[in-house]
Amino acid sequence: MQPLVQLDGVSKAFTLHLHEGVRLDVVSDVNFSAAPGECIVLGGPSGAGKSSLLKIVYGNYSCDAGHIWIRDGGEMIDVATAEPRRILAMRRHVMGYVSQFLRVIPRVGALEIVAAAGREGGLDSQVAQDRAEEYLSLLNVPERLWTLPPATFSGGEQQRVNIARGLIADRPVLLLDEPTASLDARNRAVVVDLVERKKKAGVAIIGIFHDEDVRDKVATHVVDVTHFAAKTA
Amino acid sequence: MLNDLPDAPLLSVRDLTRYYGERIGCADVSFDLYEGEVLAVVGESGSGKSTLLSLLATELEASAGSIRYRMRDGIARDLATLTEAERRLLLRTDWGFVRQDSTQGLRMSVSAGGNIGERLMAVGARHYGNIRGTSLDWLGRVEIDRGRIDDIPKAFSGGMRQRLQIARNLVTHPRLVFMDEPTSGLDVSVQARLLDLIRGLVSELGLAVIIVTHDLSVARLLSHRIMVMKGGRVIEAGLTDRVLDDPHQPYTQLLVSSVLAA
Repeated sequence: MQPLVQLDGVSKAFTLHLHEGVRLDVVSDVNFSAAPGECIVLGGPSGAGKSSLLKIVYGNYSCDAGHIWIRDGGEMIDVATAEPRRILAMRRHVMGYVSQFLRVIPRVGALEIVAAAGREGGLDSQVAQDRAEEYLSLLNVPERLWTLPPATFSGGEQQRVNIARGLIADRPVLLLDEPTASLDARNRAVVVDLVERKKKAGVAIIGIFHDEDVRDKVATHVVDVTHFAAKTA
Repeated sequence: MLNDLPDAPLLSVRDLTRYYGERIGCADVSFDLYEGEVLAVVGESGSGKSTLLSLLATELEASAGSIRYRMRDGIARDLATLTEAERRLLLRTDWGFVRQDSTQGLRMSVSAGGNIGERLMAVGARHYGNIRGTSLDWLGRVEIDRGRIDDIPKAFSGGMRQRLQIARNLVTHPRLVFMDEPTSGLDVSVQARLLDLIRGLVSELGLAVIIVTHDLSVARLLSHRIMVMKGGRVIEAGLTDRVLDDPHQPYTQLLVSSVLAA
């Protein structure tokens, strides 16, 4: 099947100008792809560049070389060179991203945060509302919290709001950065189930899962990021 | 999904330059702005960001370069070729300008309702009842007690004045709004409410906005794109979260590392 995401010779280094211009090589010559229904799990120790790679795919970090092709309707768009407004449009309709931390506008209630993410992703407003309630229930976020801003929630509750928000829309590409990091076994199982639903719906997923149990359940392929460690000259 | 992006920019700026004698105000600035886009211009004082805003708003004449704006009839015009009457009409109807200093953006001795109504009259509204009704409606939208319609802005707090400026500017349904440090000098809680209000209105009305700010957290919250200026030049530009999370230029890295949490 045609891939929805294809990384082609992607390289990235950070230059820290405030620290004598130290250069931190992150990854070099990354090549892999994700097709509909696949879940590509990025493996390797902490510091190998897994999160950075996801951020590069999402357009949050730039890359120094290579291409990140993502299917947008009938076209393959290169995130590496796309205009900001194109990347923002793709984030609305094409690619979703669930980070390790909830970063939202303060002062907005949890349910509204999730429903708004659904509307932004193109769901009808009633569908967004219903699905937001469904996902928060599935993820065991107590109903009495729904109208409250998540700033005061526990880490696990915030993370579950974050997952609901990241998964609510029907985007064809999903990037998951340790969505199960601070969850208990019961909620990890819910996330595994949601990921399986997305795969069945033909979504291409690239994810980081430290929990081996979760990884074994959801992974179609594991890509070992240490293979892309920058070659020392 | 390609079709949901407009092809023609609303504003198209090329090599915009302004000298103050020998000194550079701003130099070689080029960018396109599309409907619905919020562009933040960041940098320290003296970086040229205010000069740039004045040039764009045609308050200052450029030494070189061009600004093209797509008028409501769909035709892009070089702003330097507009007649004075055309320029004034643009400023009063299709554009808005929310200023840091509310005494420059409001008529301080005219009532709140009059401040809003004046812009409406500039686009031809004459019916007193309609003007007052629309003014009341806008006071509500910017969360000012409607009972204050006959009060003058001198009697308003700083946050209320900024909200009144926003109402005054948006009442004519402009397509492009300039904002110069609209939240600086306000208490943090007042600033937060104002930012929420601006965010909501901008996305609801699909406005194009150019906002000058030295506050990176304001830029993060409101803007889609950032241009970083230093010494009159744009040294880095791109998607807001890219520039703030993966800054490339030494100066941008310094700016980002200097805030606690942007």
